[in-house]
Amino acid sequence: MTDFKLRRSMLYVPGNMPSMLQNIPLFKCDSIIIDLEDGVNYAEKDAARILVTNFLQNYRKRSQEVLVRINPLYTKWGYDDLKMILPAGPDGIRFPMAETPELVRELDEALTKYEKQAGLEVGHFSILPSIETIKSVLNAYEIAKSSKRLTGLAFGAEDFTASMGIQRTRTGEELFHARMVVVWAAKAAGIQAIDTVFSDANDMEALLHETEMARKLGYTGKSMVNPRQIDVIHQAFAPKQEEIDHALKVVEAIKQARLMGTGVISLGGKMVDAPVVKRAVTTLQIAYAQGLINEQINEEVIYGKE
Amino acid sequence: MKIMKKSQAGTSQSSDLMVVVEPANELRVEVESTVKRQYGHLIKAVVEKTLADSGVTAGIIRVNDRGALDYAIKARVETALQRAQ
Repeated sequence: MTDFKLRRSMLYVPGNMPSMLQNIPLFKCDSIIIDLEDGVNYAEKDAARILVTNFLQNYRKRSQEVLVRINPLYTKWGYDDLKMILPAGPDGIRFPMAETPELVRELDEALTKYEKQAGLEVGHFSILPSIETIKSVLNAYEIAKSSKRLTGLAFGAEDFTASMGIQRTRTGEELFHARMVVVWAAKAAGIQAIDTVFSDANDMEALLHETEMARKLGYTGKSMVNPRQIDVIHQAFAPKQEEIDHALKVVEAIKQARLMGTGVISLGGKMVDAPVVKRAVTTLQIAYAQGLINEQINEEVIYGKE
Repeated sequence: MKIMKKSQAGTSQSSDLMVVVEPANELRVEVESTVKRQYGHLIKAVVEKTLADSGVTAGIIRVNDRGALDYAIKARVETALQRAQ
């Protein structure tokens, strides 16, 4: 948790649009996903690959994480994407249609092969698989454990509803179980959970509601398609001031308890013990990562020193 | 690299450019741009460097630029050349 990398906002940018690519340095999101897959016509796959490679070669010094969504490796473009994109130095690969752990391992092996050739440390490139079909939801935990390169699982509701033959609604009840499966699988594997895009860039109220719900379920970030959504998403993922205040009180209370030689204490009539402290520490670490508090909280506070 | 057939790359969106290449006995680069007066010579220089880096010594290259940055000019020329193989 101390190396907790913020991935609250992951913005898709179409790979064949110079007007969008050149604005990437201006977007205040945590991660960028440059898209070679669904956002690029079949006839322009070669052009997008060349454009993105040239863009990345000129964007080595950067403040955001940059992933490239390649085409699936079973398409005729997938391996060509990797071959051109990897030397240009993205931070990782957003891996679409990751339906099985075997598909992720295939990508893992291709990355390892390139890293060895290029003299890079094995594990240099990260993978963020998209869980976006019913099959991948059912395989989510196995996928989550399939490679050490995984930084998270990213739920994709557009393809998921398509694979189910159902419509996506504004309130998203149809996604509930799949959303839970993805976040559980990610948590069980100790990686992040990234929620799906919210497509209507004009409905900020519903975006806020959906993002707050995703956060309550355990999601730590959200993919998005429009830079106008960044602020609302950051707002939703920021711990509320009262949560921070409470977490600070919890940490203070457990410190007092330790001085008295106990691991449990009452705070405002409610019991404070290790799980409560653990939640408080998580809140404070997220608050610290977002610059909302100045002091970094050590996990040692949860159980005390041996 | 040799231009074997007429081909094109790019779009007419803002910040992009269209590049058309076709075979010829000599090398000729023609640039049209929304910012030709200020940057025409710089655009031409990027095109010529990309052609030289690809070993292209003959062909007609027509560029219609809509304010693209250097990386996009280079990318679109490379794509047109690759498609001309």
